[in-house]
Amino acid sequence: MGGKSFFIDTSRCTACRGCQIACKEWHGLPATPTKQWGSHQNPKDLNFYTYKLVRFSEHEKRGKLVWYFFPDQCRHCIEPPCKDVADGYVKGAIVKDSETGAIIYNLELMKKVPFDEVREACPYNIPRQDEKTGMVAKCDMCIDRVKAGLLPMCVKTCPTGAMNFGERDEMLALAQKRLAEVKRKFPNAQLCDPEDVRVIYLVLDNPKLYHKFAIASVTPGITRKAALRKLLNPVGFLQTLG
Amino acid sequence: MTNHWIDIKNADVILIMGSNAAENHPISFKWVTEARKNGAILIHVDPRFTRTSAKADFYTRLRSGTDIAFLGGMINYILQKKKYFKEYVVEYTNASFIVNKKYGFKDGLFAGYDPKKRKYDKSYWAFELDRNGVPKRDKSLRHPRCVFQLLKKHYSRYTLDKVSKITGTPKEDLKKVYELYASTGRKDRSATLMYAMGWTQHTVGVQNIRAMCIIQLLLGNIGVAGGGINALRGESNVQGSTDHCLLFHIWPGYLKTPRASLKTLAEYNKKFTPKSPDPMSANWWQNYPKYSVSLLKAFFGDKATKANDFGYSWLPKLDDGQNAAWLILFDEMYKGNIKGFFAWGQNPACSGANADKNRKAMAKLDWMVNVNIFENETGSFWKGPDMDPKKIKTEVFFLPCAVSAEKEGSITNSGRWMQWRYKAANPPCGIKGDGEIMVELMNKIRKLYKKEKGVFPEPILNLNWPKEYNPHEIAKLINGYFMKDVTVKGKRFRKGEQVPSFAYLQDDGSTCSGNWLYCGSYTEKGNMAARRDKTQTEMQARIGLFPNWSWCWPVNRRILYNRASVDKHGRPWNPAKAVIRWTGSKWEGDVPDGGWPPLATGKGKYPFIMRKWGHGQIFGPGRADGPFPEHYEPLECPVKRNLMSSQRINPTVKLFETDADKWRSCDPRYPFVATTYRVTEHWQTGLLTRWQPWLVEAEPQLFVEMSEELAQLRGIKNGDKVVVESPRGKVTAVAIVTKRFKPFKILGQTVHQVGLPWCYGWVAPKDGGDSANLLTPSVGDPNTLIPETKAFMVNVRKR
Repeated sequence: MGGKSFFIDTSRCTACRGCQIACKEWHGLPATPTKQWGSHQNPKDLNFYTYKLVRFSEHEKRGKLVWYFFPDQCRHCIEPPCKDVADGYVKGAIVKDSETGAIIYNLELMKKVPFDEVREACPYNIPRQDEKTGMVAKCDMCIDRVKAGLLPMCVKTCPTGAMNFGERDEMLALAQKRLAEVKRKFPNAQLCDPEDVRVIYLVLDNPKLYHKFAIASVTPGITRKAALRKLLNPVGFLQTLG
Repeated sequence: MTNHWIDIKNADVILIMGSNAAENHPISFKWVTEARKNGAILIHVDPRFTRTSAKADFYTRLRSGTDIAFLGGMINYILQKKKYFKEYVVEYTNASFIVNKKYGFKDGLFAGYDPKKRKYDKSYWAFELDRNGVPKRDKSLRHPRCVFQLLKKHYSRYTLDKVSKITGTPKEDLKKVYELYASTGRKDRSATLMYAMGWTQHTVGVQNIRAMCIIQLLLGNIGVAGGGINALRGESNVQGSTDHCLLFHIWPGYLKTPRASLKTLAEYNKKFTPKSPDPMSANWWQNYPKYSVSLLKAFFGDKATKANDFGYSWLPKLDDGQNAAWLILFDEMYKGNIKGFFAWGQNPACSGANADKNRKAMAKLDWMVNVNIFENETGSFWKGPDMDPKKIKTEVFFLPCAVSAEKEGSITNSGRWMQWRYKAANPPCGIKGDGEIMVELMNKIRKLYKKEKGVFPEPILNLNWPKEYNPHEIAKLINGYFMKDVTVKGKRFRKGEQVPSFAYLQDDGSTCSGNWLYCGSYTEKGNMAARRDKTQTEMQARIGLFPNWSWCWPVNRRILYNRASVDKHGRPWNPAKAVIRWTGSKWEGDVPDGGWPPLATGKGKYPFIMRKWGHGQIFGPGRADGPFPEHYEPLECPVKRNLMSSQRINPTVKLFETDADKWRSCDPRYPFVATTYRVTEHWQTGLLTRWQPWLVEAEPQLFVEMSEELAQLRGIKNGDKVVVESPRGKVTAVAIVTKRFKPFKILGQTVHQVGLPWCYGWVAPKDGGDSANLLTPSVGDPNTLIPETKAFMVNVRKR
């Protein structure tokens, strides 16, 4: 399996949020109205105009305080369940780029795919809909940049080396190397679902302490609803599988 | 910075104190992270657990304003446990110097104090001199009046127990930090210190840094790779603007501003040119007249002649004893003594301590010129909160100007690198850059003087002033050139040729230089600051030194005091991270602090060449508030008395007396310690960033961070709107209730602390909130008058 991958080393992330802002800048996405709500995490959650969000979570463990930062984004799954859902409705609403493995949403076609099914299918709770237009959006791996030989914007802007991007085997090797290094100090350190996704996070502790959806909440692969659809409409499903 | 950004990666231990580097200097963390990857230990000491603490190997808390107690305890620990680097201390610092018999210290006061003037007579702190006029030394460090013994005695009072009671830091945490940091008092280890406004903005700001200098000198961490005292500047060009005399008390290159009683150039030069009878001391400032005369030649060109004292009398002088620092200027403005004001690239309505006093002060002006990029709280003060425009006479002119990316020129970063920047885009709508505005303005004034013959026209008309602004011409003048054909040190130079380095500057008018420190930055070889060449030797590569990338003052020396990184034979203390090395005939590595051979040859010089006696100053007799740092409480604090002495506050602090200068210490109405800070997402007062929707989205509103315990005490829930008030003002903020603040145990009492950023203002965004500086006191450090905005008292209540 080739293609590209991200390696996100949260041990190096300082939550400067350069990635969050640079993502918006490159994609020309507007700011969403926010209020201070008792946290530095803002906007509160991902939304139609926010593909990348640094999540903050503080915990006290045996009197020691930790503050974890998690730059959340689409994982570009190897076998994307959202695509399985979309394929049951409209061919081409979600495509997998054969060269990079990027999972790309077609904004117009996505209007025809029931959003709740897409969202439910995602093990990482990523896709977000614009209520007005019905369009659904998420991280596109800066596919335009990557095809032009450039790094994704979030990687380009990261000052500490937390965000990495490259060939999948290289990123996996880097992830394993860093994991071995940090394990000595942080025995609970782990990689989040490295075999299933193209955005591989290294965390120093239980992933749930970083974010509820840091690791897959449901088994990646085909969801119950998609399976049902397959049963009811095998032709359409087969068509989309092409 | 004595060192530079990349050099942080060479450290074995990094202490970040008085700084939140991860949030406010994000790029610095590239190198902190690199150091940690190489095995370095990162320690963060701060009242609040921040994003920096989140990355630290060890974090501990202290109450705002108690850093000297914390560091004093570390000095005591290093001395008691004999963790210091003895050879370095004996040879390179003034630890062995004998102090005269009049020196003393009693109950918080050093000898020579005048309580009426709130000032010291520093002659009480002088060194005892031998027959040749050189300080007496005892290299055994046993003499009871040698600096080392006085130091030991002074800091023996800073016991773990006392320090913990003052700072609120648990004793075991203190010990842990001391142990980790003191582990670098060896040849093969180094530790660096990163500080910022968390240390400077106190009534003991200078002494906070002095305390750390003492520690770094004791451990032999100055001059070495991965060492130093590293000030993280608040803006990318703070270093450059300070070098070029942004402040009132200095001329470019840290020459002194003349005083009215110094009537002639000869008197001026004599006063500020130190004499050292010690042949081993380079005493670099002995060259003072060469730099001052070259500066005058840069100011007045051919009009400056020996006969007219090179135009010395044309320049403005401060009155004797006059201080014209920021706090004083606004105090005078508030009292109605200032008529006009240029607010250039600044926003004092939000940035200055006691911001409401500043806002009211501006209403006493006849006119104000506000040069900035966006509308801001300063230019619009007259329509701000609690202002009645009808009653304000101040006429405000707003000059929009270009932003940094729309201008060509240099920026000098914290590591003293002068980096040339190209213009990325033209400013819109014919808007001008600052340089263009200044040149045009002065040319207009000159025209009027010519036409209308004003009083004392010489300084205006004789000024060496260009017709049009050209950054290259200015940079060349700052470097300096020869004013006539001349031979210096056996080398012939033609008139108009660029001076290759400050070693060639002259005091006879044959050279000009707008800033001697920058001599060498724009030479016949071209614009050195524009260099982007990564070539380096293997030795330089080991410590990340890039001598051909941009240019660094002085003379492209990347690590200051680097002669202290080698022993008397020129051998590096730590060969694996050598900064310089004597090959037997020359130095290699970095540019050494002077080219003399090592000390052991008998032809060498002491390494601290800018000091009169050539030694690192553990004993610092030049400061206003004492030769050793001593703990005093902030002007506003939660304790009735200072545990260290009966002097509660710094005895040399200047107290302002207008009705706007209110302060309350230990007052039940203001029971909580407060501090201010910045956030990653906003720049200074937010003047630039508050108009940037993506940044406002990320940090939309003024917040106040507080502990869960304090929130419970006041019935405040996370996200509630609260009022924070001090004797000077109040702001509305959103509460962030967090585990990252914890109550302190101070002298057995529970003390709460809160913190809030100062990056908001009423102009934009709507509902963003106002500046936290409405709360801070206008009181400053006695040496610098930098205001104490990092420790004061407030009340917090639910709105």
